[in-house]
Amino acid sequence: MKALLLAEHDNITLKDATARAVTAARELADEVHVLVAGYECRAVAESAAKLDGVAKVRLADAVAYQHMLPEPLAALLQSLAAGYGALLAPSTSVGRNVMPRLAALLDVMQISDMVAATAPDTFKRPIFAGNIIETVRSSDATKVITVRTTAYRAAPRCGSAPIEPVTAAADPALSSFVGEELSKSERAELTTARIVVSGGRALQSRENFQKFLEPLADKLGAALGASRAAVDAGYAPYDWQVGQTGKIVAPDLYIAIGISGAIQHLAGMKDSKVIVAINSDADAPIFEVADYGLVADLNKVVPELTAALSKA
Amino acid sequence: MKILVPVKRVVDFNAKVRVKPDGTGVELASVKMSINPFDEIAVEEAVRLKEKGKASEVVCVSIGAPQAEETLRTALAIGADRGILITGVAELEPLAVAKALKVVVQEEQAQLVILGKQAIDYDCDQTGQMLAGLLNWPQGTFASKVEVEPDAVLVTREVDGGHQTVRLKLPAIVTADLRLNQPRYLSLPNIMKAKKKPVAKKSLEALGIDVRPRLEILKMAEPPHRKAGVKLTSVAELIQKLKTEAGVLS
Repeated sequence: MKALLLAEHDNITLKDATARAVTAARELADEVHVLVAGYECRAVAESAAKLDGVAKVRLADAVAYQHMLPEPLAALLQSLAAGYGALLAPSTSVGRNVMPRLAALLDVMQISDMVAATAPDTFKRPIFAGNIIETVRSSDATKVITVRTTAYRAAPRCGSAPIEPVTAAADPALSSFVGEELSKSERAELTTARIVVSGGRALQSRENFQKFLEPLADKLGAALGASRAAVDAGYAPYDWQVGQTGKIVAPDLYIAIGISGAIQHLAGMKDSKVIVAINSDADAPIFEVADYGLVADLNKVVPELTAALSKA
Repeated sequence: MKILVPVKRVVDFNAKVRVKPDGTGVELASVKMSINPFDEIAVEEAVRLKEKGKASEVVCVSIGAPQAEETLRTALAIGADRGILITGVAELEPLAVAKALKVVVQEEQAQLVILGKQAIDYDCDQTGQMLAGLLNWPQGTFASKVEVEPDAVLVTREVDGGHQTVRLKLPAIVTADLRLNQPRYLSLPNIMKAKKKPVAKKSLEALGIDVRPRLEILKMAEPPHRKAGVKLTSVAELIQKLKTEAGVLS
């Protein structure tokens, strides 16, 4: 069976989510093609061609795809769907936007957030904030799937697939891009970082996020995250939120500072390899999932931790 | 402009869910049910647009069990004008829901549909996008700001890494993210008033659409539980454990 995977990128760099989704696609298909749709994005296609397990890269380079608007992207995927047994995308804000629209155009029920394919038509996915894993079998001829990329390792960059241009589909011209405001950060990206330092309401202010968490994250080369309570209180930007309705992360090391550990937060980080919790409340639910806990005042131990790491 | 807001009755976000002993589904007996939190935000946004004079009527629709009427009453208490309750099949897949909503949108001649971005039970995040595809309407998903213009709607979307703003030609679909608004507190007089607002009842069958499931649920299971680890007493001990035992620091 052949599968077509929609690449996640910003017209310049291919995102790590794509390399992980390639591994997922190979779980159910024996031939994986990657679709790079964007504008002046040849470099992205070249990067995708290096991913091990990719048989072909298809490049749709047109201004209509510059901002990944869902209407032209879904139309493009629909025009390319014939011959593929599965159409996939990583479960990013682009993939989650485009793929259900495509599924409806193809009259297919989408599999959201696949974490495993146990057969080409049988999938596992988390429901109820990750408290339950359901196994479903799809009877649709074409499978439309979004991939929870934290469940997969990235395909190594050792391949050399051919790049083939594809014709742009007719743009439905229903929406237009007005602007964007993307956080510019030198730090690792939250969803793919090896280490995440995350703060909760106990930080008590935006200033304390800067004062306590940033030096620690800098020291560790970590991405910064936050609980919903901290974001709601205005201590951290929206796109730092880890949890059921925010980002899903599974780093090697997740350090939860001043986070109590509501189930909605745990849903976003409990697949991390090692979890450290620092909280002054010994009964906080975060300690039930933490490998290592420090019951302590964060104002004291976080600077101590940063200082100790600087010495080491 | 008429706004349609679909609302779903789901397990309350605070309730603990359990898989039935035979692994065929989720134990729902005596579990607290509520309006899906994202749908509540969607209703609030529609009502605010009406209060600002941008909308003429806010119609809510729920598809599912007869008890979904309670969910509609919550939406009416927030300020929606009337409800539509479609019953027949308790659990529908998002594709079937989108097909049913398409019929309602066309019957009602709605110009804007605001939905919650996902239901917190099955976490699919599909229905709004599917409805947009079926209607060939533009979609503004994960909205944190909505502004209505004469022929368009300006939607600021929460995307990975920040915000994106798009202009959608009307008619359009918007899905609400967490920070679109803070739903109002329901006052007793409004709850009482909501009981008297009209709710039209329809059967799913009468819509004449194919709602057969495409996915067969083979099994439901709880994921392996993480065991609680150890509580340490000092930063030095933590660093030592991370380096030697866990091997995540070098």
